[in-house]
Amino acid sequence: MIPTNFDYFAPTTIEEALKLLDKHGDDCKVLSGGHSLIPVLKLRLAAPAVVVDIGRIKELRTIKVDGDTIRIGANTTHAEITSNADLKKHCPLLCETAAQIGDQQVRNRGTIGGSLTHADPAADWPAAILALDAEIVARSGKGERVIKASDFFVDVMTSAVEPNEIVTEIRVPKPAQPNAAVYLKVPQSASGFAIVGVAAQLKIANGKCEDVSIGVTGLAPKAFRAASVEAALRGKAIDDATVSAAAAKADAEAADAMEDIHASGDYRRHLARVYARRAVQAAAARA
Amino acid sequence: MSFLAKYIGQKVKRTEDPRLVQGIGHYVDDIELAGTLSVVILRSPYAHAKINSINVDAAKKAPGVVAVYTGKDIEGKVGLIPCAAAAPDMKKPDYPALALGKVAYVGQPVAAVVASDKYKARDAVDLIEVDYEPLEAVTDIEAAARPDSPVIHEELGTNVGWLYQAGSGDIDAAFAQADKVVSLKLVHQRLIPTAMEPRGVLAQYFPGEKQLNVWSSTQIPHLLRTTLAAMLGVPENRLRVIAPEVGGGFGSKLNVYAEEALLGWIAMQLGRPVKWIETRRENMMATIHGRGQTGTVEVAVKNDGTLLGLRYNVIYDLGAYLQLLTPAIPTLTGLMLSGCYKIPAIQLNCTQVYTNKMATDAYRGAGRPEATYLVERVMNRVADELGMDPVELRRKNFPKPEEFPFATAAGLVYDTGDYAKALNKALEIADYKKLRDEQAKARAEGRLVGVGVSTYVEICAVGPSVMLPSGGWDSATVRVEPSGKVTVLTGVSPHGQGEETAFAQIVGDMLGVDMNDVLVVHGDTDRVQYGIGTFGSRGLAIGGTAVAVATDKIVGKAKRLAAHMLQTDENSLTFENGKFVGAPDDKSMTIQEVAFHAYQAHNIPPDFEPGLVASYFFEPKNCTFPFGAHICVAEVDKETGEVKILRYVAVDDCGKQINPLLVAGQVHGGIAQGMAQALFEEAVYDENGQLLTGELMDYAFPKAHQLPRYELDHTETPTDVNPLGAKGVGEAGTIGSTPAVANAVIDALAPLGVKHVDLPLRPEKLWRLMNN
Ligand SMILES: Cc1cc2nc3c(=O)[nH]c(=O)nc-3n(C[C@H](O)[C@H](O)[C@H](O)COP(=O)(O)OP(=O)(O)OC[C@H]3O[C@@H](n4cnc5c(N)ncnc54)[C@H](O)[C@@H]3O)c2cc1C
Repeated sequence: MIPTNFDYFAPTTIEEALKLLDKHGDDCKVLSGGHSLIPVLKLRLAAPAVVVDIGRIKELRTIKVDGDTIRIGANTTHAEITSNADLKKHCPLLCETAAQIGDQQVRNRGTIGGSLTHADPAADWPAAILALDAEIVARSGKGERVIKASDFFVDVMTSAVEPNEIVTEIRVPKPAQPNAAVYLKVPQSASGFAIVGVAAQLKIANGKCEDVSIGVTGLAPKAFRAASVEAALRGKAIDDATVSAAAAKADAEAADAMEDIHASGDYRRHLARVYARRAVQAAAARA
Repeated sequence: MSFLAKYIGQKVKRTEDPRLVQGIGHYVDDIELAGTLSVVILRSPYAHAKINSINVDAAKKAPGVVAVYTGKDIEGKVGLIPCAAAAPDMKKPDYPALALGKVAYVGQPVAAVVASDKYKARDAVDLIEVDYEPLEAVTDIEAAARPDSPVIHEELGTNVGWLYQAGSGDIDAAFAQADKVVSLKLVHQRLIPTAMEPRGVLAQYFPGEKQLNVWSSTQIPHLLRTTLAAMLGVPENRLRVIAPEVGGGFGSKLNVYAEEALLGWIAMQLGRPVKWIETRRENMMATIHGRGQTGTVEVAVKNDGTLLGLRYNVIYDLGAYLQLLTPAIPTLTGLMLSGCYKIPAIQLNCTQVYTNKMATDAYRGAGRPEATYLVERVMNRVADELGMDPVELRRKNFPKPEEFPFATAAGLVYDTGDYAKALNKALEIADYKKLRDEQAKARAEGRLVGVGVSTYVEICAVGPSVMLPSGGWDSATVRVEPSGKVTVLTGVSPHGQGEETAFAQIVGDMLGVDMNDVLVVHGDTDRVQYGIGTFGSRGLAIGGTAVAVATDKIVGKAKRLAAHMLQTDENSLTFENGKFVGAPDDKSMTIQEVAFHAYQAHNIPPDFEPGLVASYFFEPKNCTFPFGAHICVAEVDKETGEVKILRYVAVDDCGKQINPLLVAGQVHGGIAQGMAQALFEEAVYDENGQLLTGELMDYAFPKAHQLPRYELDHTETPTDVNPLGAKGVGEAGTIGSTPAVANAVIDALAPLGVKHVDLPLRPEKLWRLMNN
């Protein structure tokens, strides 16, 4: 738990940071809240020669509501998202998700950009980001690209972010019915990460499901949209039988299930089904 | 002995806290000596392997490296790691501070690198080449005891270290007369103590003075001094051990570890201070673990619920080697097998086996939680089998208050107790009848709600001295300084318990001085007279008693001088609020004035010894036996197996409470750890002996938000073992809570025919049970 030697840079602009990334290439790691990277360094699972701390780049730490889009700077902490009044109004799912991450200390340091980039299969953000159909903006020396949430998670601990890129912003389309949403999770008792987490965003009119999107984390090597559940709900009346039948497909997209000492694959699948049902019911009840 | 009630019995805030919460206290790692080198230990990645060779050449040449030591370098120079509790007939392997020829657990120290800083030392550790020849690991304790198991220590010829039998009464007759025999197999899973501050050692040697100073995060500075002196061949009076601020121990620092001896020896070799601070991973794999028993309890009972006999056949997981008290832990289980019940015949049959894991040893409760858990679980099984209410069964078998001192067939004499009173109070607070009605209603709705009751008694403040290898007494010196300030030197070594506060309360009330004028000094063998230390909930009952008696001697001596100076008879003086009054002409003297004159000594009686200092070494004539009743209400999610604690009521009786706030703190922390054993915690090794719960991301240490609110109350049944009337309370919460939670959860599952589930009650385990 003693890291290797590295050079430390703390640039104050994105341009400066990107130059450092270009210069040091694969030997370089971006540091944001450090709550995933520092443990990795201490365990010597990574030994970068250079660490670029982006924590002092002010423009990366903002929350703006811009017409129909919510823009969250990558360095915004979980705690800031939890308590942001605009988000509570326009997209409470973000606040509810952030509030369930780790503990207060973790939320005070950890950032949404860091969490997404780290792509821990048990992290909470991916579920919400998928359910909200968000986009992730990544910038490199060559320019900017916008990655859809559904393309962002590649595999265990692997996101679409390239080593020469910095995630700058998360763009979330304002949900039509902000309150018709929920994030439910079964926390792993030691780490607090999700054994399974389900985020649901609904749009309901006259008891009918006009639209629904569901993100599932924890179950598979990467978080995914529960497309089968969504398809079984869209256009249907939200009653117990429909929801239960739909939720039974919550693990359909998960070819492989994660397994560890905390939960078997079978149990994770079961939890995904139960919590998908509970999430849809809870979101519908809030609509 | 007389006390004011200004401080004693009051909820006085801990005087330790301001420095701790501001982060300005000094733990080992906060102590910085110029020129200090860092030590990092290379540890075995294998649970069981032969070491063919070790090549340290590259490591020695690495930047900043000053020295590298292996087992061969210290052989014959650093003594073996001691065990103070092995019976003469126990088979016991040598346990060198650095492995010699083989390793027997993951994390065993293999080499030590000394470098200019910890980063360089850590880098160099990677350059040491060890040629290991992996051997089959022995991890399952039942398999380890079988004759066909691979043998870990060839020189012993077996993995069975010790077979031990205890108890008394005619056990065969008890079972022969029984209407029913109820038996239950249960596992007490291994736990990792996980003190907030890991261990750490700093050592400094003065070759001219031949003086070795060792700072260690320990619960037993004096015992460590005696032991290290023997291991290093340093005269004990030239060895100073300092336990500075210690961030929790829970028994894990009631030990003597390889690093403590190694650092002392290295400091002497190099003539420079050396420091080693344990990382969390090291703490989890190479600091002692707790529990680790698998046993079957059998109870002989009459149809009316009268208990006749109890037998416990258990295999105990020693781990790979013996640490200081390893084999003693299940003997404590054996001593508490009577629980709070009258059981005429008791027998313990204990098989202690070596496995390729870290040694087990004392962890909060140390053998007593195991006893309480198995007794309280089997009581519920008996109640079930007899169709009795578990509360009624307990009541029926309690000894009555007038039956104390109460001798058990397990071999103890309980000091004082009123078990029914504590139980009744808990039942009243919980509204037991209503709980059962609500439970019936919930069950009718298809919900899985359970009520768990546990009554417990535990043994702490162990004495007389013959009961402990170290002796069971403790010491105090009380000095009233010339200015009237009071210095208390205590032989116990608090590390979170709050005795700086509690002892100042006692002295403040006995001397009638402001408790802020009382400084309590501990944990430094050069400042404090010999003492035993803090463990086994002994600090107040034994250490506090020594303080009180020494203070009483001060009052007596001061009175003599006051009488002399006030020119009156001693018997006409009374000591009130810090003043000797009752002299002619309303003359009086404060304790501070007396102190000044005691040192100035211009006007003292002819045979009066100047100064105002008194010491006392208190030898307790018995242990104390705190008790209580815990009630837990739990609900199991039918679909997922997740457990929710709906209510938690605890009534504890630790005799006289000096500071109810400190008591509540101990009970809170204790319940948290006991509840965590029931619900979350387990040290998991795989079949290769790799520790899978080797960090806090995987080892489910309890967090505040995972725990319910506690409804706490108490009864007060003073002990007659010490003049304070105080029993210990450091472990009571841990001991009472595990069975209460287990009983509640298992009761919740009873409609499904579930009779027992081993801990921890993880959701998936319950889900699988429900789906069987
Ligand atoms: C005790 C504990 C409990 C936790 N519990 C939970 C939990 O319950 N749920 C949960 O979801 N998470 C949990 N976490 C993780 C926490 O949310 C982390 O903060 C988060 O995963 C990473 O965010 P960070 O800002 O700390 O990133 P860092 O650790 O700084 O970085 C993580 C990775 O992302 C890269 N990176 C960071 N920012 C950027 C960027 N802007 N552009 C490009 N690359 C970047 C880094 O190079 C690194 O590879 C827990 C962490 C701890 C320590």
